[in-house]
Amino acid sequence: MGRGADRAPFPTWTSRGAVADRRRSSYVLVMRVELHSVFPLRRARVHEVYGPGAMSFAAMAAMGACLWIRESWLVDTPTPQGVLPFLDPAGLLMARPKDQTDALAVAEEALKDGALPFVMIEITRALNLREGRRLQLAAKAGGTTGLCLISEGMGSNAAETRWHIAPVFDRHSEDSTLMRWEINKNKSGTIGAWHVRWEPKTRRVHVVSPVGERPGSAGTSS
Amino acid sequence: MWFPRLASDRVLRARPVDGPFAITLKSNNTERLYCLNVAAERLGLTRGMSFADARAFCPDLISQPARPDLEARFLASLRRWATRYCPWVGRDGVDGLVLDVTGSAHLWGGEAEMLADIQSRATRAGLTLRLGCAATRGAAWAFAHYGADAAALPDLPVAALRLDAATVTALQRLGLRTIRDLASAARAPLARRFGPDVLMRLDQAMGQVPEPVMPETDPPSFATRMSLPDPIGLTEDVMGITARLLAPLCDRLNRHEMGARCLVLTLRRVDQGSQQVELRLAAPMRDPSRILPLFTRGVGEVDAGFGIDQIRLEATQVEPLPAQQIGRMHSSPDQLNDLMTRIGTRIGLENIQRFLPADSHIPERSFSIAPAVFSRPDNGWSCLRPRPLRLFPPEPIAGQGATPPGQFRWRRMAFTTGRAIGPERIAPEWWLVDAAWRSGLRDYWRIETREGRRLWLYHTPQNPGWFVQGEFA
Repeated sequence: MGRGADRAPFPTWTSRGAVADRRRSSYVLVMRVELHSVFPLRRARVHEVYGPGAMSFAAMAAMGACLWIRESWLVDTPTPQGVLPFLDPAGLLMARPKDQTDALAVAEEALKDGALPFVMIEITRALNLREGRRLQLAAKAGGTTGLCLISEGMGSNAAETRWHIAPVFDRHSEDSTLMRWEINKNKSGTIGAWHVRWEPKTRRVHVVSPVGERPGSAGTSS
Repeated sequence: MWFPRLASDRVLRARPVDGPFAITLKSNNTERLYCLNVAAERLGLTRGMSFADARAFCPDLISQPARPDLEARFLASLRRWATRYCPWVGRDGVDGLVLDVTGSAHLWGGEAEMLADIQSRATRAGLTLRLGCAATRGAAWAFAHYGADAAALPDLPVAALRLDAATVTALQRLGLRTIRDLASAARAPLARRFGPDVLMRLDQAMGQVPEPVMPETDPPSFATRMSLPDPIGLTEDVMGITARLLAPLCDRLNRHEMGARCLVLTLRRVDQGSQQVELRLAAPMRDPSRILPLFTRGVGEVDAGFGIDQIRLEATQVEPLPAQQIGRMHSSPDQLNDLMTRIGTRIGLENIQRFLPADSHIPERSFSIAPAVFSRPDNGWSCLRPRPLRLFPPEPIAGQGATPPGQFRWRRMAFTTGRAIGPERIAPEWWLVDAAWRSGLRDYWRIETREGRRLWLYHTPQNPGWFVQGEFA
């Protein structure tokens, strides 16, 4: 019961969330997890994302004000015009610590404080279990969502979910944001994969089609 | 007290000069001498002379431009020094002070001893000072400026009455050369001809009309300190003292409707060494309960040595912070400011940044990055054409011709162009020197690769080459 109460309350799609919940409880063998049960990332947890589209995922996952922690030596920069379809650049704060120790300290401080609901951390060195756990506890204390942008293989065991994001070529329309989202690790659910597209007008993610009939994979095989 | 050479004395105190020296001030489009030292005056230079003439008279004249702001500051510090003689000290023009010594002269053994003390101290400090002491402010001014050899007030010229030059000339033409002449003349015609000003100055000098000295108040100092009978060394003790210092400081800030932006806690140790803890705040603040926890990190790093026996807390930078109505909406910015301060103590406040829009077509200059605590968020974002989510310094790839390559390698990965959208031509801003845009025009292409990644490539037609500069979502 305690675990059920702890589970994320599906913040946006309440009615559909309730359906998914009922289905999961009545049929034990549900292999395919619905995106909306995992995507607005669970609050008060720290998640991880890697892959070529990690930064896009971070921009899509952040809602409202957020703090983006990048070490000062990283030369590439997110552009506010590029971020504009996903979130308002006016609510974006950047922290530029000099190394990862400072970055983690800033992240812990920001997660614990709760003044900003979303904190992104670019990880350049693999976290050990203690560091990952501390971030997790800080997020829990502040009720904020953390997202670590990692490189492949840098994942920490303490992460709530781990995502792999890759952009996919869209044969049908140009300027598309079609990408493949795969959830590799999920502490409170099953893993899954989706093809999604960002809808800039409504600022939400649309699931394009089930995994079996991927237009991207069809395009590359032909 | 009149400092006839205030401007040159100020400069010469810091850097003595042996020869003639002058301060110049630009007025009416001419550099004129504004203040001279004795050596320059001995050579025949005068105030108001044009600087070019003075240089012709005296080729080895050393000069400096006048700094009226620094002179005002110097006079303010002299005013503060003069309060050692009496509490009522006001400024008189740009180069004088007026002291109301009534009731305080006996502390120095009489007026003459007091004047001698003032004069000797000023001379020792390298200041030329002329003093006048009289029953009224006007008479004292007259003695300081005109009465070097202690003549009686009625024998001084009319110029000693603080009148403007035109009035003085007109009075002299009437044959009224001294104050005695003026006082014995009929008042009604004088008032009709020169207005009430002449008679008012006369009456002020004679003491028939009161003229009070307005003392200036010292600017509030936002600092408190505490000396301890026994040295302390524990962090909790230091924090406890800091809390006790913070309360009166914040009270004082509250009274003046100011907020501290930068606080310095100086901890003096028993071995006379001192350590400072600097706290820079993200927003002006005067709430002790919010400031105190922000000191925890800095105080924890202090090495107490054999113990700390004096603690001083000073708000080195204050900003106006008017009282505000408390509402629900005000809690969130406060919380964010506190968070930024805490992060700022670790990584430096200027390393917390936000994006501000900038007017430029050049992608890397279409936004600016500013420290978040010194700027306001700006909502004026617009984007006519798709821009990449991520920009990096241009990375060259192999490619020929003006159309995008069908296949290319970038970062040791092979890509096949699935769709190319473009070109979008962006010209360099010729009015700015930018080494990155030396290669001239750029034709930008949005490339959607079959492998999935969507890249921003550009071709430089004037200096053929292909580069990758960004990646789309």
